[in-house]
Amino acid sequence: MLNKFKIAVGMLFIVSGAAHAELVIDVQGVAQPTPVAIVPFGWEGDAAEMPLDVVKVINDDLRRSGRFAPVGEEKMLQKPTDGADVDFQDWSFVGVEAVVVGKVIQTGDNAYTLQFQLFDVFGRRQLVGYRMPASRGTMRGAAHRIADMIYEKLTGIKGVFGTKVAYVTAKREGEGRLYSLIVSDQDGFNEHTIMESADPIMSPAWSPDSRQLAYVSFEGNQSSIFVQTLRTGNRFKVSSKPGINGAPSFSPDGRKLVVTLGGVDGNLDIYVMDINSRNTTRLTTHRAIDTEGTWSPDSRYIYFTSDRSGGPQVYRVSANGGTPERVTFEGSYNARPRLSPDGKRLAMVHNDRGNYRIAVMNLERKDLLVLSSGRQDESPSFAPNSDILIYATRQGRDGVLETVSADGLIRQKMASRAGGDVREPVWSPFPRF
Amino acid sequence: MMSYYKLFALAAASFVLAGCSQNTIPDPDPTDTTYPGDAGASTDGMDGSDTYGGEEIPWEDPSAGELTMVIYFDFDSSEVRAADQDVVSRHAMQLGSGGSVRLEGHADERGSREYNIGLGERRAQAVRQMLLIQGVSADQISTVSFGEERPVGFGSSEADYAQNRRVEFKYSN
Repeated sequence: MLNKFKIAVGMLFIVSGAAHAELVIDVQGVAQPTPVAIVPFGWEGDAAEMPLDVVKVINDDLRRSGRFAPVGEEKMLQKPTDGADVDFQDWSFVGVEAVVVGKVIQTGDNAYTLQFQLFDVFGRRQLVGYRMPASRGTMRGAAHRIADMIYEKLTGIKGVFGTKVAYVTAKREGEGRLYSLIVSDQDGFNEHTIMESADPIMSPAWSPDSRQLAYVSFEGNQSSIFVQTLRTGNRFKVSSKPGINGAPSFSPDGRKLVVTLGGVDGNLDIYVMDINSRNTTRLTTHRAIDTEGTWSPDSRYIYFTSDRSGGPQVYRVSANGGTPERVTFEGSYNARPRLSPDGKRLAMVHNDRGNYRIAVMNLERKDLLVLSSGRQDESPSFAPNSDILIYATRQGRDGVLETVSADGLIRQKMASRAGGDVREPVWSPFPRF
Repeated sequence: MMSYYKLFALAAASFVLAGCSQNTIPDPDPTDTTYPGDAGASTDGMDGSDTYGGEEIPWEDPSAGELTMVIYFDFDSSEVRAADQDVVSRHAMQLGSGGSVRLEGHADERGSREYNIGLGERRAQAVRQMLLIQGVSADQISTVSFGEERPVGFGSSEADYAQNRRVEFKYSN
């Protein structure tokens, strides 16, 4: 499957025009992406142009998914903005399978309505039509929602264009380094630095309502776990015990964190912490390294890394405690487990003949599929639709982000425009509207 | 164990009295250690025998020279190398005169970041255990692991990795 992919690779460079976008995205797609047409939207408003090129956002999202090939405006025989004017014969002549038409209508000083309709060209019918309000500030998000609806109708898979990613960057600054924790849209726009430090920042983790991030900071040469609310920037320190405080991950109900504590004697074990009371319950007691705990989506298990058998392997233990059982057996190194939100797959860092790569194990069939091809790939994180993963890989001396579909067929690179070493990407849950 | 501690304390105290800074102990002047008589002069023995040939036996005083503030580890190992055990002993002596040390453990970049925090901690703990055995008090030592987060070598060569697998001694008063 991967060989076929390599032969069929088409390289495509999308350089976004906005100066504030930190990530540049580069796509390797499938052999035959579906041809679609997003007709330029109509504009009814005061100014000469609509406040945001909505169609460009939608086109970029669909193209970047690797599953679609939006046709250029010059190929369109007609440019309707209303569903009633769509001539299916024209579009079938152009060779597209789906066509989208729409409008942006100004309704107030900073109030707009976005409407769109998606048509199946061969079936000659509307698949979805929707109208939504937006302001100048929310219009990009609304455009991503439109792309999500189109994607879901045409693939049957929920789109993730409206989601966010968090990641850590490290830049050299004089003698030292500057570490930043950044949250951006999944396409690299709207990045916000939510925390900066001269000391390392590690292991960001989203709360299930995507309003908070937990992370590890080494301020004052001591590791501590913080939980920060994104909207306000307020944060509180939830763990700062002697020794290691690391690897936080939220429970599905958002009330608890699984963390790694080391204590003065440095025996790393898995603990569950109630966030409100800060009470901790110890789940593992082995003298080996037990770390990188993560909840299963059904809340029943904690999956974690342990080197109790010699090298690191993935284990799981009941969230109520008990005897851990080993989950991975293939290869000498399997670490940093993360479960897909549908609970069917387990992603990990896997040593593949001397290279550290991202692998996914089907929990039912137990087979392992290596998805990445780098030398030092790390930190896999599933998108909330379970269909795509994001991870960090090396490009020269710096880390860059890549995404890959869970079947390994579609890969994209996201290179940091501002430079620096980008690492530890984590994909947000679905936003709640 | 206590007697070791006293011995180290005494030795360390003598260095302090000699006016050294806390972390740096100067090398004694090597020219003071030459033996007279090995450069061709002869003496008569009681049995009238000839001069013996021979050479000086060097003694490598483990407490001589500047304190080494960083030690390195083999791949996938937290064992203090034999050559570095004297280094740790000298830190034990140093701590015998008081002060406290933070042991900073580090790993190379290979593999997963939080697991590497564990590997760095294991190295810091190996050094800590040696210090405790040599009589240093537990409350004089703290450990922190930076895993692969604070590399010295920024590349991805074996040489970079070897520089990054380390424990650093950081003193505070």
